[in-house]
Order: sequence, then structure tokens, then C-alpha cells
Amino acid sequence: MNAARARITLPFLIFVTPVLMWLFLLIVLPHIDLLLMSFRIEDDAGATVWSLVNYLNFFDEPVYWRTFTRTAVYAILTTMITFAVSLPVAFYITKVVSPRFSGFLSLLLLMPFWVSELVRVYGWMILLRESGVINHFLLKAGLLQRPVEMLYNDVTMVMGLVYTSMLFMVVPLISVLESLDDSLIEAAYDLGGNVFSIVTRIIIPHAMPGIVSGGIVVFMLTLGNYLTPNLIGGKNSLWFTEQIYNQFIASFNWNQGAAFGFLLLILSSSIIWIGLKLTRQKLSQVVQ
Amino acid sequence: MKKLAIVCCAVSLVFAFSLSCQAETLELLTWEGYAPKELMDKFEKETGITVKPTYSNNEEIIAKLRATRGAGFDLAQPSQDRISSVQVKYKLYQPIDYSKVDAAQIVPSMLEAVKKNTMVGDKSYAVPHVYGTSGLIVNRKYAPEASDYKDLLNPAYKGRISYRLKRPTLIGIAYSMKQDPFVLYANPKGYEKLMERVGEKLIEGKGLVKNYWTNGDALLQSMRSEEVFVAMAWDNGGWKMHAENPDIDFVAPKSGALGWIDTFTIPAKAKNVEAAYKWINFMMKPENAAVFTNKEKYATASAGAIDYYDADVKANFQRSFSKADIDNIKWYPPVPAKLESIEGLILDKVKAAN
Repeated sequence: MNAARARITLPFLIFVTPVLMWLFLLIVLPHIDLLLMSFRIEDDAGATVWSLVNYLNFFDEPVYWRTFTRTAVYAILTTMITFAVSLPVAFYITKVVSPRFSGFLSLLLLMPFWVSELVRVYGWMILLRESGVINHFLLKAGLLQRPVEMLYNDVTMVMGLVYTSMLFMVVPLISVLESLDDSLIEAAYDLGGNVFSIVTRIIIPHAMPGIVSGGIVVFMLTLGNYLTPNLIGGKNSLWFTEQIYNQFIASFNWNQGAAFGFLLLILSSSIIWIGLKLTRQKLSQVVQ
Repeated sequence: MKKLAIVCCAVSLVFAFSLSCQAETLELLTWEGYAPKELMDKFEKETGITVKPTYSNNEEIIAKLRATRGAGFDLAQPSQDRISSVQVKYKLYQPIDYSKVDAAQIVPSMLEAVKKNTMVGDKSYAVPHVYGTSGLIVNRKYAPEASDYKDLLNPAYKGRISYRLKRPTLIGIAYSMKQDPFVLYANPKGYEKLMERVGEKLIEGKGLVKNYWTNGDALLQSMRSEEVFVAMAWDNGGWKMHAENPDIDFVAPKSGALGWIDTFTIPAKAKNVEAAYKWINFMMKPENAAVFTNKEKYATASAGAIDYYDADVKANFQRSFSKADIDNIKWYPPVPAKLESIEGLILDKVKAAN
């Protein structure tokens, strides 16, 4: 007994301590600090006092909650479009193409993620800007009379977000579709099913756990994205993360920024909770 | 178990050794272009100290130092108007020991002005380095008439306008409305009212803007490709563009260019203070300051550097600034606390507006 415990305890302690320290010192502690900060304000005399003002500001000042609503709506929209684009891709990779190529195709999907997001976004900007590559070719081909600015609007921004997050939807979909028995689809065809009924009644129900886990990841990544909305979305796209950044950096109001951070955490968690309820999935199943 | 302990010891030894072997360094928190490679190499040759620059802007300099309570950097370069209120509140910097600064190398009036503006209690916190103005960069071929901040809201240049969504823009627009925001610094209520009016103007004119630029190089790129005709930016950018395309130039706005002075400050917990003073004196030496000015087109507070300037640098200044323009430069007074959050809300509203 003693010997057994000694064998487990020392290495176990050695390995578990750094993890616990890391979690506690770098994640739990700063968050507690931020949480306390979010309940404090500076009064007119310059002293810090406890208050709920930071949270009330969010609801009082329309620009804040409107930005949040906008961000959330666009994140949900992006998640849906990403799903619509990713399902055929994942289906093609797992079911249609010969197994020899499916690994290669997944690798091709992964490839753009070897460079940083910033570089990819700048790549899009070079393509789409007024003096950019696409405009140049359209002009040469005579399809356009004068160059068009394709950047700095919501459509381009959503496209950029979909591109950035597609991989995180395709990978879980591939893993669930691999377990789908091909004979089910063949049987459905034998019984007179068409493409629409097969997708909605066989593929989607089977892929549901993958869809939901991909959806959660894409939604969270999009909601927390900063670069793409800021660079591609340009002048009209105040994202909620940018507002947090502005509070911390431009206004030096860390208390307000911390409150916004926690509101983002709470609101996005509740959106995911509602999503799970609507699709009747359990978080424990989805994250597997 | 023994093996593990030995490995741990070995690793920590190697780690400690590599730390102690590192050459002396100077952690410099500065703006893009403020530490040219040429000068960093020369400095290393003269003193053996390696300069490690981190590029930033006023807001981020303050936020970074605030996060570490003034540690992590040996020298920082905020603008002179953003030092005293921040120092009172967060104690980010240590007082400058002016006996270690070679004052003979610095334009006396500028040194006095910066000392006065960064004074907290009876101590001052900064040495002037670079100065310049914010105004308009205009492409004369397409926008021959643009001459004031008003033209940032001029429908004639729809889709060809660019500016930063930062406080200088608010202040420039306020001046073009015949107001004086600097006088209202002492009166937060009045300042807030003025800024709200400025915000409304910017929201009205939002359809005319191509984008709100955030990166100086990206702005110059869109000026170069003639996507943007009128921009609010720093003078050196306009002069850089002028060398490539004579149509483009910096224009001092009629209601006054905004004058800023970027400084040297020493963060409260700087490790290598001696190196910081060495870098200050090195950068202010006339021949070094001139290397910087000839490359970046920014003027410095170094006395005597003008003898080493290239001819085109002198020409730039004379072309863009008449005597009246120079007298009309609005130098930023120290920013009192609280104004930042007023401006922050206005800027958020402008960005969120449709």
C-alpha cells in the first residue's frame, strides 16, 4: 500500500503541479482580478469604489449592446454559412473521393492554417482591394469599366470569417461522417429517396454531434475574432472584441473593459446553451 | 528518480548559464521607424549594448507599462502630452536625471517646454526626441483644393478620404469648426459637448470615407496606388510620398497643423537605466539625429543636426510650412485624465454608426 502510494505520488505531483500552477496562476488568478476590477469604478474624486455601473453602462449606452447584438448575429450567420459550405466538402472527402486522396485533400484544407491569420487576411486584402488582383483581371477582361472597392463591407467580412473558420467545421464533420455506413444511403436510394431527403433525414441526424461541436468552435472563434472584422470589415464593423480592446487601450478604462469581457463570456455561453437545448444535444457528448 | 533530478539540475544550469551569457541589452518601447537599423548597429559597436525595439503607439505604450507597473522596458517614447496625467495616476515612469543628459545637444526651448509639460510635483519625466505635425496628405492632381480638416468631410472627394479613428482626428475637426479644444481641456463638460458635435459631423461624413487607417504603411500604400486623395496623417508620410510622386504632398491645414513632440521616458522599473541614458545621448548627437531625419523625414530636437540634413529634407519643410503656418501650429498641451474615456465613447459611436 505504502509502496504503491509512493510510486504514484511523487511523479504524479511533479507532473500535476505545473499544470495546476499554470491553471491557477495564469488563468484563475487573473480572471478573479478582472472580475473584481469589473465591479469597481473611479468616482469623481479619483478613488475606486464598488459599483455595478460598468455592467449597467452596457445596457444604458445603445452603442454597446447594439455592437454586441450585431456581433452575435453575424457570428451565428457565419456559423450557418460555414456549415453549409463545409458539409459538401466533408461529404466529398469522406464518401465520394477514393480513400487514397482523402488524406491528401484534408491536408490541402489544413495548408492555409500553416501561416498566421494576419498573413491570410492581408492576402485577401491584396486580392480584393480597389487596386488589387481581382479588379485588375476584371478590368483587363473588360468586365468592369472602373475598379470597384470590394473591401470594407459586411459581405466580404463574412466571407473572410467563413474562410478563417471553415477548417474547424470540416474536421469534426469528417470524423462523424466516416462512421456513417454507406449502405444506409444506398438503401435510401433503393427505397426512392432523393438527395434532399437523404441529406435531411440520414446525413444531418447522423452528423449532429459533429455539427454541434463544429458549430460551437466556429461560433466562439468568430465571436472572439478581432483581426478579420477590423481589417476586412473596415469602417462599418465595430466588433465587440474591438470595443473591449478600446476600453483597455484607448480609454484606459480597465474596469469597463473587464465588465465587457465578462458580459461577452456570459452572453456567448448562454447563446451556446440555447443552441444545445434547441438541437437536443448534451455538451458532454458533443465535446468527445 | 535520481535521473530525473539530474536532468532537472542540468536543465536549470544550462538555463542559468545562457541567461548570464547574454550581452547587455536595451529594451526600447518606441514607434515604428524611431530606431533605424543603421543607428542600432552603430550604437552596439560603440557601447556593446544591443537595442531591442518594440514598436507601438501612445495608447499601447501606456497600456503595456501599466500592465507591468513600469517593468519590462528600459526606455519608452510616449508623446509629451500623454505623460503627466498618466504619471500621477499610475506612476509608470521615474524622474529623469538631467545631469546625465547632454543638454548641449538639445534645442533649449524644446527641452524647457517638455520639462514643463511633464512636470509632476517638482520633477520632470521626459527628454524631447522627435517632433512633427499632423495635417493633411493630399494628392494635388485629384484634390487641388483640399486645404483644411474640413476637406475630410467634403463630398467632392467621396470614397477617396482616409483618416485614423483616434483623438487627433477629433481635435483637427474641432479646430476646423472654429473651436479650440485645447482651451476646453480644463472644462470636461464643455469638452464632452464639443466632442459630441465633432462625433456627429464624423458620422454624417462617414459615407465619404474609404477606410479608417490604422497602419501608416498601409495608408501610404493606398495613397501610392491613388485609391486615396485626401488623408489626415503625419507630415513625414506626405514628404516620403512626395519623393515618389510629386503630385502628393503634406499640407499644413488652414486651421492649424497639430504639433506633437515624442519624448524619451524611463519606466519606473527599468533594469538598464545607464544604457537608456547612453541611447538618449547617442540619438541626440547631431550626426546620428541627422541620419534618422534623412531616412524618416522627421525632425528631432537635436541642436545642430540641421547642418547634416539632406537638401530635400530642408526643402520639404519650406514647401509645406509658410511663416504663418508655423505660427499657427497647435502644440498639444498635456492631456488631463478623464478626457480619454469621453473621446473613446465618441470614437466607438462613429465606428459603430451606419
